[in-house]
Amino acid sequence: MWKFPITSTTTAMAATDIITDMFQYVFMNNAFAAAGIVAVVSGIVGYFLVMRGQTFAGHALSHIGFAGATGAGLIGLAPLWGLLGFTLAAGIAMGVLSERISNRDVAIGVVLALALGFGLLFLHYYTSFATQATALLFGNVLAVDRTMIATLAVLGVITLAALAAIMRPLIFSTLQPELAEAKGVPLRFVSTAFLAIVALAVSECAQIVGVLLVFTLMVGPPAAAQRLTTGLWSGLTLAAALALAEAWLGIAIAYYTDWPVSFCIACLSALGYFAALGASGLWQRRPQAGHANEAG
Amino acid sequence: MTVVELDHATIGIGGRIVLADASFAIQAGEFIGVLGPNGAGKTTLMRAILGLLPPSAGAVRVFGASPQRGDRTIGYLPQVRTVLPDLRVRGLDFIGSSLHGERWGLPSLSRHDRRMIEETLDAVGARDLAARPLSAMSGGERQRLLLAQALMGSPKLLLLDEPLISLDQRHQEVVIDVVRKVCRERGITVLFSAHELNQLLGTLDRVLYLGNRQAVLGTVDEVISAPVLSRLYGTDIQVVRAEGHIFVMSRGRDVEVSDHQHDHGDGGHGHHH
Repeated sequence: MWKFPITSTTTAMAATDIITDMFQYVFMNNAFAAAGIVAVVSGIVGYFLVMRGQTFAGHALSHIGFAGATGAGLIGLAPLWGLLGFTLAAGIAMGVLSERISNRDVAIGVVLALALGFGLLFLHYYTSFATQATALLFGNVLAVDRTMIATLAVLGVITLAALAAIMRPLIFSTLQPELAEAKGVPLRFVSTAFLAIVALAVSECAQIVGVLLVFTLMVGPPAAAQRLTTGLWSGLTLAAALALAEAWLGIAIAYYTDWPVSFCIACLSALGYFAALGASGLWQRRPQAGHANEAG
Repeated sequence: MTVVELDHATIGIGGRIVLADASFAIQAGEFIGVLGPNGAGKTTLMRAILGLLPPSAGAVRVFGASPQRGDRTIGYLPQVRTVLPDLRVRGLDFIGSSLHGERWGLPSLSRHDRRMIEETLDAVGARDLAARPLSAMSGGERQRLLLAQALMGSPKLLLLDEPLISLDQRHQEVVIDVVRKVCRERGITVLFSAHELNQLLGTLDRVLYLGNRQAVLGTVDEVISAPVLSRLYGTDIQVVRAEGHIFVMSRGRDVEVSDHQHDHGDGGHGHHH
């Protein structure tokens, strides 16, 4: 009997040690801070991306960003600025050409592949930059420094402020474009502004998980949140919380397993989505039997 | 009082003239059935009344003035084409999005807004839809939700663009009944476009029949006649009356039915599961 209190204290102490152990390192603190900022922004912006059914456009923007990032390296700029410049330009172009391009998977797919091709070309001419290719494609959150955290924080605030400014007409024109138009919402301006916001979020997200894996934070958590709740604010909160949990847990798992951070986040994102899918399937089966009678 | 008036109006989209030199006047409180073959301009006419399509000649007047985009006195139910099939948004937020949806900033629903939405859902017998996601609603339920939304803000004029499309017979009757009841109570003028005349026969006050760039407004007896419809369809039309139903036939085929079938085969839009 006397053993129990002692063992539980030891395990509790070991657990705290394990957690505090991570935070001895500056790079881990930086990683948590950067991933935290980016996860919240990605979860919230991604919520609308999923709602609008434009996830593929978001994916394309990140690939175009890759060309921008490698191109920036070629002319001696930090990759983030190339990423930002290219995704913003592409986002605005997609918005302006909306009817003709942004909802066409083939056109987007072709441009996406072309952008990756250009990214490769830029890498080819700037060979010393090649070591950074993996970081760009798959992220390198453990290499984030204080300046980058500050930059991400400023970008994050700008992104969320812009989203807040257009949120009401954005939701209206997403759910009911015909009616929104009739009520005087400038549809094209709203969709262009939104794609510019997505471009900002993609650029931030790529700093953490890389251009190839932006879906892990921008699509996985919001899609899971939409399966679990149907309210707007609860959905936004849950999307941000899930993204944050997956990003932080991913870094922690990576720390103890030595697996790549982006892999861990990708696994958690997929796990979260499929778990939500299963949970909502189970929920729906029961009440729907009741509703079926009313609906006839 | 005249609610909607076209005065020698010519309306077109993309260089195609849909209505040429059309004139008619709809009075307050009337229930107008808007009929005509596909492409005759039912949706175009509604967009013109909403102020989205200015006439190239003549005038469109709504409540005696040229229509303004965003007019709050008009309730509008667009033809359901773009409702995303997997939309996980509950009915309350869906309707809420249209309240002041044109204003910038964060969305918010005051207690007053919420009560108004619930009252309107009650009026169309759809209170339980507030808490359910759109993806879990049947076609009839979605249509009732959209109808509730069109009624928000107490409009004086209601434009319903094919509200019966993709509904089964029973739900079609429910929608018609609800519209009739609510609009009679509130004295709302209704433009109700449909493929089929017979279901609306007991409800409508007058028919607005579109076709061949023309528009004819009148009672059922005035409009649904062989000479008038032959002119609107540009082909020989017979009108057959049997057991309280009216059949509009061309060479032995019911034009409304074949129209409708054509619409169903047309890529299947309007069908959401």
